[in-house]
Amino acid sequence: MTTVSASLELRLTPPVRYVLRIADTALIHAQRLAEWCGHAPVLEEDIALSNLALDSLGQARALLTHAAALEGQGFGEDALAFLREEHQFLNLTLVEQPLRKPSAHSPGGDFADTVLRNLLVASWMKALFTRLQGSSDASLAAIAAKSLKEVRYHHQHAAGWVVRLGDGTDESARRLRAALARAWPYVAELFVADEVDAAAAASGLGPSRAELREPWHAEVAAVLAEAKLEPPAATPFVSTGTLGRHSEHLGFILAELQYLPRRYPGGVW
Amino acid sequence: MCGAELLSREAAEARAWAALREVMDPEVPVLSLVDLGVVRGVHVGADGTEVVLTPTYSGCPATEVIAESTRAALEAAGLGPVQVKHQLAPAWTTDWITDTGREALRRYGIAPPGRCGDEGTPVRLMAHRVPCPRCESTQVERLSAFGSTACKALYRCLACREPFEHFKPL
Repeated sequence: MTTVSASLELRLTPPVRYVLRIADTALIHAQRLAEWCGHAPVLEEDIALSNLALDSLGQARALLTHAAALEGQGFGEDALAFLREEHQFLNLTLVEQPLRKPSAHSPGGDFADTVLRNLLVASWMKALFTRLQGSSDASLAAIAAKSLKEVRYHHQHAAGWVVRLGDGTDESARRLRAALARAWPYVAELFVADEVDAAAAASGLGPSRAELREPWHAEVAAVLAEAKLEPPAATPFVSTGTLGRHSEHLGFILAELQYLPRRYPGGVW
Repeated sequence: MCGAELLSREAAEARAWAALREVMDPEVPVLSLVDLGVVRGVHVGADGTEVVLTPTYSGCPATEVIAESTRAALEAAGLGPVQVKHQLAPAWTTDWITDTGREALRRYGIAPPGRCGDEGTPVRLMAHRVPCPRCESTQVERLSAFGSTACKALYRCLACREPFEHFKPL
């Protein structure tokens, strides 16, 4: 029986790390988007964000299941999602940044951040899944081919909103510019390659993150141009979520995400 | 004792397909699993039946219900024990929805998906070519890119003024 204090001792080979980075990015992105459920500014966007969250959660489940299989000790998707600790999550730091403002004193809250986040993440996933379709790992290639169809739609939806706000009123453009300035410091991490990326590229498991830089920038720049916005200048700061070193926000996300299975170990419904 | 043993493999598999044509998608209850295109294979052997299903959307909550109703239908048809396997590749596409399925969708008030081909049809271009399932007018507008389930978007017909759902091409 699993206990509350259980902490997984994972065998983190480079392929396991590689898949977990993608899986965790999809999972935490889904969790952030799901916070909007019942709170979005208009009903259509509430439904849209819940649908985006659902697709992203489905992708995360398939990827976590696959990461668990590669890890090889028999942990399932639930154990990986609910029983890992903060430093064991390997998501991009960008996706853990607050979107919705749950109380007056909380960070976040501008809908422009959500619209922009969706564009930045969907563009990254699109570039990544396109290349992962050719993975030497047949299961990963299959997950990618399926997920790519979904993130294409996410990308179109997000791009439509970025153009609408960026090329909208002075106020909507001002807010989107501010959202860009807030998000951009976390963009560098989307493309930093390390030994995990090098191993994946060498074995044919998947692309190095560095390979995503050009297609991502081209796609994002095209949407920003249509929205009459400029991409901000790169910052020297590089966030480190994919190494397990997170911003202050991930712990709060996990507290909510993991509460039930930790409070009622083994509970089912 | 397995009922399948009394039938030839072909007859047993035909019975299985017939049983699955009676199992409806839980969220679109006029569309059978076969017409939805999620049944990718049925293999009847001496020790029961193996069914290969492919999920529609990664996060579709109906996936588990579909697996359960598949198992129940085949057991009721005397083809148990049933093993359900999920297969991701090739990825499900709305192009696999049969003509019977498309007609069932239209009669139910859901505009069926257009053909999407390999690259996926740009959604923004699709928006104006969805004919209203009630009056067939193509004078329609999209109200919401997402709908009550992962597979649908919400439209309104400008001719008959009725709102309708569109099964998105994927």
